[in-house]
Amino acid sequence: MLSYEFMRKSFIMGVMIALIAPTIGYFLVLRRQSVIGDTLSHVALSGAAFGMITQIYPVYTAIIFSITAALGIEGLRKKYENYAEISLSIVLSTGVGLASVLISLGNTQGILSYLFGSLAFVTNQDIIMVVGLGVIILATIVFLYDDMFYITFDEESAYLAGISNKLINIYFSILVALTVAISMRIVGVLLISSLMVLPVAASLLIAKSFKSGLMYSIMFGIMSVIIGLILSFYLDLAPGGTIVLSALLILIIIIIVESIKK
Amino acid sequence: MEEQIVSVENASFSYGTNTVLDNVSLKINKGDFVGIIGHNGSAKSTLLKLMVGLLKPDKGTIKLFGTSVEKFKDYKKIGYISQNVRDFNQMFPATVEEVVSINLYHKRNLFTRFRNKDNEKIEKILEIVEMDKFKTSKIGNLSGGQKQRVFIARSLVNNPKILFMDEPLVGIDLESQNKFYDLLSKLNNEYNITLVMISHDVGVISKKVDKIFCLTDGKVYVHDKNNDVYINRLKDIYGEDVNMLFHKH
Repeated sequence: MLSYEFMRKSFIMGVMIALIAPTIGYFLVLRRQSVIGDTLSHVALSGAAFGMITQIYPVYTAIIFSITAALGIEGLRKKYENYAEISLSIVLSTGVGLASVLISLGNTQGILSYLFGSLAFVTNQDIIMVVGLGVIILATIVFLYDDMFYITFDEESAYLAGISNKLINIYFSILVALTVAISMRIVGVLLISSLMVLPVAASLLIAKSFKSGLMYSIMFGIMSVIIGLILSFYLDLAPGGTIVLSALLILIIIIIVESIKK
Repeated sequence: MEEQIVSVENASFSYGTNTVLDNVSLKINKGDFVGIIGHNGSAKSTLLKLMVGLLKPDKGTIKLFGTSVEKFKDYKKIGYISQNVRDFNQMFPATVEEVVSINLYHKRNLFTRFRNKDNEKIEKILEIVEMDKFKTSKIGNLSGGQKQRVFIARSLVNNPKILFMDEPLVGIDLESQNKFYDLLSKLNNEYNITLVMISHDVGVISKKVDKIFCLTDGKVYVHDKNNDVYINRLKDIYGEDVNMLFHKH
C-alpha cells in the first residue's frame, strides 16, 4: 500500500490532520461549541467552489472564507449575546447558500472531492500546506495550553487572572477555521467536524484528567485516520467516510467496554 | 485608618432601559467579611461583577485597592468564584490538582512540569481546605461542598487579599455549609483575607458575617454588627447623599 506515492502522501496528511482536528475539537467540545466545526466547513466549501471558479488554489480560498466566517461568528455573537447560536445559523446558512450558487455557476467539477475527501488528488502543495499550518496550530496549543485550559474551564476567572480572553478567542477561532480548511482535502468538508468531535466523545468517557483527555482524543484521532485510510485503500471506499466510521467504531467499543465495567 | 479594599461611589448600572443599580455607594475594608443578600433579580451578581471589573458601571466610580477597577491589573490580589463554576459540565475531565494549579498557568506549557516549590504550595493549600485526599480525583465526581472548597483553593494559590464568591452554597447540604463557613472563618481570621459573599440564605449568613449589603429596588442597604457607628462613619465619608439606610426585615 505504501509503495503508492499517493498513499504515502495521504498518510502524511492524514496523521497531521489526526493530530490537529481532535486537538482543536477537544477545546470546542468542552466549550460546548462543537457545531462551529460544522458551520465553518460549510463556509469552507463555498470557499473551495470560489477557488475553482476563479482558478485559485481552492484551499487558499477556503482558508480565507472560513477565517472570515469565524471572525463573523465572533462579531455576531456580541450582537445576539443571549442567543449566541443564532450567529452559527446565520453563518451556516450563508455558507450553504453561497456554496450552492457558486457550484451552479459551473467549472466546479472537482467539488465532490472536497465534499467527501479524496486520496487521489492529494498534491505536494496540499502536503506543504497541511504540515506547515499543522505545525503552527499544534505549537500554539502547546504554548497556550494553560490559557486555553483556563478559558475552557472558567472564562470569567480566566479574565480576572489576566488572560486576554478576547484575543485568545479570536486566535482560536482562526485556528478552527484553518483546521477545517486544510483538513477538507482528505476528510471532506461534510465530515471534518466528525473528526473533531468523535475522538473527543470517546476520550471523555475514559479520561482521568484534562491532559489525558487531550492525549486520548489525539490517539483515537490517529487510530481512526490510519484504520480509515487502510480500509479506504483496500475496499476502494471514500476516505472521509471510512475515517469517520472508524472513529465511530472506536466510540462504540469504548461505550460498550465502559458499560461492562460498570 | 482602616485600609479600603473596595469602594463604590454613586455607581449605576442598567440592562437596556432597566436600571438595576441606582446611584449605589459602599465600601469594604481590609478584614471585612461581607454578605450580599437580596431577592432574585436584585442585581447581587451584577454588583459583584462591577466590583471585580467584569462589568463597567454606566456612571460612578469603583475602586479596588485604591485603583480604578478599569485600570486595575494586580489580579493576584483578588480571587473570584463565579456562579458559572457550579454549573460546569460534570463530565469535564479535570482533576482537583489541575483546577487548583490553574492559577499558576503562566508558569508552564503542555509539556512542562511544576517545580517542587509549586507542588508543595498546591499540597499545602489543599490541606488548608481539607481536600488533600482528593488531589487526583475528577472535579465532576465531588459533592457541591467539596467543589466549592476546590474553587477556594484555586483562588488561594495566588495569596489573594480579597475573595469574591457568587452564591457558593446553592444546593449544598447544611453540614457542608457549616464546614464551608468554618473554612471561611479561618481564612478571614487566620489568613486575614477579606471576604465578599452572595447568599440567598439571610438567616444563616447574618450570623456569620460582619456586614450585610442588602439589595432591593436598585439600592443598597447596609446592616452592620454596630449599625449606628457604621452609618455615622459612612456619612462622614460620603456625606448626606449616600444611599445608606438602616432597615429591618
